[in-house]
Amino acid sequence: MSPEIGTHQLESDTAGDMNFKETELTLALPGESRTLKEMNGGKIGTKRGFLETVDLNLGSLRADCSDKDRNESENDVLTAAKPPAAKAQVVGWPPVRDYRKNAMKSCKYVKVAVDGAPYLRKVNLEMYNSYEQLLSALEDMFSCFTIRNYLNERKMVNGVENVPTYEDKDGDWMMLGDVPWKMFVESCKRLRLMKSSEANGLAPRTPSKCSSTSG
Amino acid sequence: MNYFPDEVLEHVFDFVTSSRDRNALSQVCKSWYRIESSSRQKVFIGNCYAISPERVIERFPALKSIALKGKPHFADFNLVPHEWGGFVYPWIEAFARNRVGLEELRLKRMVVSDDSLELLSRSFANFKSLVLVSCEGFTTDGLAAIAANCRCLRELDLQENEVEDHRGHWLSCFHDSHTSLVSLNFACLKGDINLGVLERLVARSPNLRSLRLNRAVPFDTLQKILMQSPNLVDLGVGSYVHDPDSETYDKLVTAIEKCKSVRSLSGFLDVAPHCLPAFHSICPNLTSLNLSYAPGIQGGELTKLIRHCRKLQRLWILDCIGDKGLEVVASTCKDLQELRVFPSDPYIGHAAVTEEGLVAISSGCPKLHSILYFCQQMTNAALITVAKNCPNFIRFRLCILDPTKPDAVTQQPLDEGFGAIVHSCRGLRRLSLTGLLTDQVFLYIGMYAEQLEMLSIAFAGDSDKGMQYVLNGCKRLRKLEIRDSPFGNGALLMDVGKYEAMRSLWMSSCEVTLGGCKTLAKKMPRLNVEIMNENEQTDFIFDDAQKVDKMYLYRTLAGQRKDAPDFVWTL
Repeated sequence: MSPEIGTHQLESDTAGDMNFKETELTLALPGESRTLKEMNGGKIGTKRGFLETVDLNLGSLRADCSDKDRNESENDVLTAAKPPAAKAQVVGWPPVRDYRKNAMKSCKYVKVAVDGAPYLRKVNLEMYNSYEQLLSALEDMFSCFTIRNYLNERKMVNGVENVPTYEDKDGDWMMLGDVPWKMFVESCKRLRLMKSSEANGLAPRTPSKCSSTSG
Repeated sequence: MNYFPDEVLEHVFDFVTSSRDRNALSQVCKSWYRIESSSRQKVFIGNCYAISPERVIERFPALKSIALKGKPHFADFNLVPHEWGGFVYPWIEAFARNRVGLEELRLKRMVVSDDSLELLSRSFANFKSLVLVSCEGFTTDGLAAIAANCRCLRELDLQENEVEDHRGHWLSCFHDSHTSLVSLNFACLKGDINLGVLERLVARSPNLRSLRLNRAVPFDTLQKILMQSPNLVDLGVGSYVHDPDSETYDKLVTAIEKCKSVRSLSGFLDVAPHCLPAFHSICPNLTSLNLSYAPGIQGGELTKLIRHCRKLQRLWILDCIGDKGLEVVASTCKDLQELRVFPSDPYIGHAAVTEEGLVAISSGCPKLHSILYFCQQMTNAALITVAKNCPNFIRFRLCILDPTKPDAVTQQPLDEGFGAIVHSCRGLRRLSLTGLLTDQVFLYIGMYAEQLEMLSIAFAGDSDKGMQYVLNGCKRLRKLEIRDSPFGNGALLMDVGKYEAMRSLWMSSCEVTLGGCKTLAKKMPRLNVEIMNENEQTDFIFDDAQKVDKMYLYRTLAGQRKDAPDFVWTL
């Protein structure tokens, strides 16, 4: 038996769905058949789909799930292109050793930009346990500025105030302090201490003075 | 051959070193069994519960070097409860009691107590080499005993262990007269190290060829160490943060230039990327590069470094290299044999590589035989191309972060793609699959994967048929591990004799019931069928219809193990 594979498969990729099945190649013995239903249907038998397993593990993160995710039909298992919004974790998935996961975690370096400062710094978020610790470390780093922290307390030194903001994994710019610390550490990509005048009342969507995103 | 005296056969057998070959020799006839067993020095035990230490000692009286593996592979991913087992102490105690002339011990996924290390250090006068991989249960106090008492120690290699760090005095326990160190790897230790002690130890170890430092060793100590050890072959950098305009940096550049023997580079646990050019002078000599613990090296700096590494055979990196970065690897590293791409965000998020990177690598690196690839998505077309470009795969492990994701372009299952891999790569020994997969892919695996020894399945298949195809077809299968797949008793009980030809079978969150496992255990007394249920135990043992959470079965000559914890039932 010599199955024809390779180029034929590539050509048929552009065919419409209807033709695909006919031209589809298999390496199976003649007579073996798969029904389209088996391929495109949702859960077969009692197989536990991946998203269902995720649901079993959603605990306190349920609050962050949109209802849409939870009511997803079984067929959506196939078309899901993104993982669940709540980033819930199935035990043992992805298959990465704890040792490696911990090594990645403890290197949570993010760039810190301060409006008006000519240079950027990097801080390791894993080294701090709370917003207060982080903010006081930032104050040390950029000692000629003051930072208005999330409790809206101000420490004026030379009259310049900064509002701490951060860019999260979705690319949005957020005010520090709204989410629990651990969640912030996981989602923060970089920090920007914004001039109060710019940040007035709003969480800015796109930063005007940020350095390039490499690294 | 029968007329050769034993000594001649023994001499011939000396040239046969691999465990497998020696196992084959011992099967030829009784006298070969006898001669081979009495002369074998190096033994490999793939499952520490498959046989008792006493039996090993009895069969191999010349034993000097032993490798043991403990927990099942899925223990790496927290699927095995913490106190499951895998204790090395009984082995060391048996060796000590029987006065085995142990010189080398290599352990993987075992529980190693400080007491075990203490006993080890005191019991074997010629002990030379200790290698611990993914082990746990010990502290730096145990290491202190090894350092203090193993006067002949040449190798102490700690890879990815969970070690409780009681701070660095253990290194001081190496005697001033200890000058025989060849290999020292403590990269996994989290605590501080006495830097002066380290420098002096390196200075008095003229045979040191492999040194892997932990994060506590700073830049300037690295510079001093490299000045002392220009003959290093394998270097693991700890912390690598400094000012590139400093004198120390210049001294490091000079020291590195002298290290013409370095072939393997790893570490960079903390890194200032603009200091990396210091290593450019040795990059052209490197055959092995592991930057998978260096998330601080990204994008341009990473590719800049790799462009200097034309001789690379093994590369471990993070997915932040991206598909474009992998194209650089493909065009630079023509000798590449093994590639591992790990996720920089290990939680379910985005992987920064796709099928494009994999195709680029396969097209540029024809010698590739081992791959571990964590990615965002895959397509059948890509896998078919990869199979055509690289027919020499021995190990093929693909992990799509969303494990039931279909072909990203056609939305079809990935059956055809993996089918092409097993069809093209006739020498494939290890395979891990992810993506949307039906029973069809297992039909292909059963049909074509003749050399397959280890198969890992997660969230795949439709029915018992899938697992049956594999058990029927893969004659060389030794380890099968399955999670969250709809395989039940029909598959489990189809060919019970098969499991005696395998090392082990793991099934978790499948459709197998207690009744099925009991039936299997009854038919096969030389298998240990272990059930782990973390739910209530009381009702469980009476309800045969209940599904089993976790089942681990393995062949054994040692009978039921006596150290199993409460939540493990051996049927």
